[in-house]
Amino acid sequence: MQVFIQTLVNGLVTGCLYALIALGYTMVYGVLKLLNFAHGDVYMVGAYIGYFVIQWFGGPNHLSIPVPLLIVLMMVIAGLGTGVLGVAIERFAYRPLRDAPRIAPLITALGVSFVLENTVLLLFGGFVRSYNTTDFISDTNGIHIAGAHIDSVEILIFVVTGVMCWALIQIVDRTTLGKSMRAVASDREAAEMLGINVDRTIALTFFIGSVMAGVAGVMSGLEFQSISNTIGFLAGLKAFTAAVVGGIGSITGAMVGGIFIGLCEAFSLSYISEKYSDLVVFGILIVTMLVRPTGIFGRRAMQKV
Amino acid sequence: MPQIGVDEWVAQSGERRDQGAGLGRALAILDARVGWWPRLALAAVAGLAFGLLTGNVNLLTVGFTCLLYAILSLGLNIAAGWSGLLDLGYIAFVGFGAYGYAIFSSSALGTGGTGGAHLAAFESIPIVVIAGGLVGVVIGLIALRLEGDYLAIVTLFVGQAFFEVVNNVDPGTLGGVNGIFSIDPLHGLSGNVSTPRGYYLVALIVVVGLAAILHLLDTSRTGRAWRALRDDPLAASAMTVPVNKLKVMAFSFSAAIGALGGTLFAAQTSSVFPTNFTESILILIFACLVLGGAGSIAGAIAGGIIVWALEQMLSSPLDAGYLFYGLILLTLFLKIRPWWKLAAVLAGIVVLGFVAHAIVGAISSSATAGHPGSAGWIGSAVTDWVIVPSNATGYGNILFILVIGLVLALVRLQGTLRLVLVVPTVCLAACCWESRLIVNPAITTQIMLGVILIVTMAARPNGLLGTRRVETV
Repeated sequence: MQVFIQTLVNGLVTGCLYALIALGYTMVYGVLKLLNFAHGDVYMVGAYIGYFVIQWFGGPNHLSIPVPLLIVLMMVIAGLGTGVLGVAIERFAYRPLRDAPRIAPLITALGVSFVLENTVLLLFGGFVRSYNTTDFISDTNGIHIAGAHIDSVEILIFVVTGVMCWALIQIVDRTTLGKSMRAVASDREAAEMLGINVDRTIALTFFIGSVMAGVAGVMSGLEFQSISNTIGFLAGLKAFTAAVVGGIGSITGAMVGGIFIGLCEAFSLSYISEKYSDLVVFGILIVTMLVRPTGIFGRRAMQKV
Repeated sequence: MPQIGVDEWVAQSGERRDQGAGLGRALAILDARVGWWPRLALAAVAGLAFGLLTGNVNLLTVGFTCLLYAILSLGLNIAAGWSGLLDLGYIAFVGFGAYGYAIFSSSALGTGGTGGAHLAAFESIPIVVIAGGLVGVVIGLIALRLEGDYLAIVTLFVGQAFFEVVNNVDPGTLGGVNGIFSIDPLHGLSGNVSTPRGYYLVALIVVVGLAAILHLLDTSRTGRAWRALRDDPLAASAMTVPVNKLKVMAFSFSAAIGALGGTLFAAQTSSVFPTNFTESILILIFACLVLGGAGSIAGAIAGGIIVWALEQMLSSPLDAGYLFYGLILLTLFLKIRPWWKLAAVLAGIVVLGFVAHAIVGAISSSATAGHPGSAGWIGSAVTDWVIVPSNATGYGNILFILVIGLVLALVRLQGTLRLVLVVPTVCLAACCWESRLIVNPAITTQIMLGVILIVTMAARPNGLLGTRRVETV
């Protein structure tokens, strides 16, 4: 029972992170019909920014500011940094290709992902860096349930993910920006004819998605501590799985899918096989795509000729 | 002879203008008259001459790698270029071929490093290639239900799943993370292929043979049907093109050629590791194909050769200098007109470099104490022109970010401001190159590959040798 609950908690934690990354994929897919392969690397850059914020304020052992302030600063700086990065990627790599054949932006996205990964490798080296979270946040406090333990970083992840998802739903449902995002997603040309600033809407979509990826990067750094320039690929791939399983283009779908993939991974880690947990996740994806290509919450699009 | 004012003459005027005049026209006529097989024969003779005349072992090995990647991009071209199926799991087929050869032609099936199958190359390669094609059929059947982007994702997972399997399997037969060692060289009835020249020639024969077969395939009914499928699957199926059959065929042919490339790779390197078949190698193959021109046989081959020639040049400090400064000069010559603006920009670049070097050197001598990374005469020529401090890593990193920012700004700017900004950008790029990028040729190559993908897609989506696609609206 203890193992079960602990696995559940671990699954929810990774699931929250996947959900945050998956939201970026699904939003970009919604407005541009583009698989943004570079999104996982944006998350990786967020983790690096968070790391350098810790170093900037004296390193994990000699922090010059209180821990809560540090965490807020890490998230804000990383979020803004990755947000700007996301907008720049859209502006310079994807926008020139908006009317190109579908295969062209996909190849560009592969290229952007590769450039980001290797630029970080060039600038910061290939070795694994550590947040050393335990030096400034105790991992013994927190909540104990039936022998399982939820530490304060995990509580932080639950709260921040909840708040961000809530805020995103509010933005999409209640604001003018959200309305124009939905309009662009359903028909870009028609939206443009009705006077919606499509370029601005798409740029803001990239901004919001990248901010969430950056914050997820910081939180995964706090939780799993070690970061390197290659963490983006696998995390991106799994978050992508989450977005697809939930139904790509659907925001609720991305959240549910993220949690689902996190749980699958955690349970296959503890109950099936440590080595092949990634394969289990990929297997779920392939089966989902074959059985229900639109995912759990996706709607089948009518093909117009 | 039609005369001025006659309808036919008027109707053909656009055609005549497109033909151009002088040398360009002569080349165009030559291009139209010479058939495919003389060209292929010419290329084959050139490749043969290179292989037989050069005695440089290193060059022959590089030549083999160029041709290997030409084979791999030819295979990818069938799926991604001709049929428009974005197959991101292609690397799994290459890995399948390499591991297949490694199992059948080594002691992997035996125990304790002895025994095993040790099949001859003419037995194991056909087995592996046919098996690869069958795996392609299976993946193709799975992919039938998916379109466009979904296909890309599922195949990406297939590629990743292949890596996970060979990486995590128990280190018995497949070697796990340790890979498989001591694979037999290519061996048939009469002895082994063991020299770099031998491998080069084998790869050359394979490339020439494949190019001929693929050309015939391309101009056949099947080839035309594939292009129809790429341009509009719905219209193609309405015209009774068997869409499903063609997709599976494309996957299977592409997988078989990928597996063939894999066997050559395994035989030449005599060991295979899971990390030989990761997504970065896939990106390398995509870069070859996209740069050369997706959909074109000559383009796929040229892409493989160009990308590996670039890679090789980057790893030698003198050649890398030629490459970097040559590319900058070429870009400036092509992009800046008229000549006096070009002269002004070049003069500005030279003067700014020397002036900045002198000023910085006068303020702090340690700021110019480093040595440029370029070797030979280029290195000594730029010593007083670029600013390289003694400990250049952090400085180079900052410059790198700065140069990226400036290049992005250049893309956006127009007119005089753009010309003015070119001058400091080139100077800073040179400083960054000499102090940081050239010191890490491996990473620089990777960044370059990514940039090739992005720039080719934005500037010339049909690549160097590809023909422009007719967009149907």
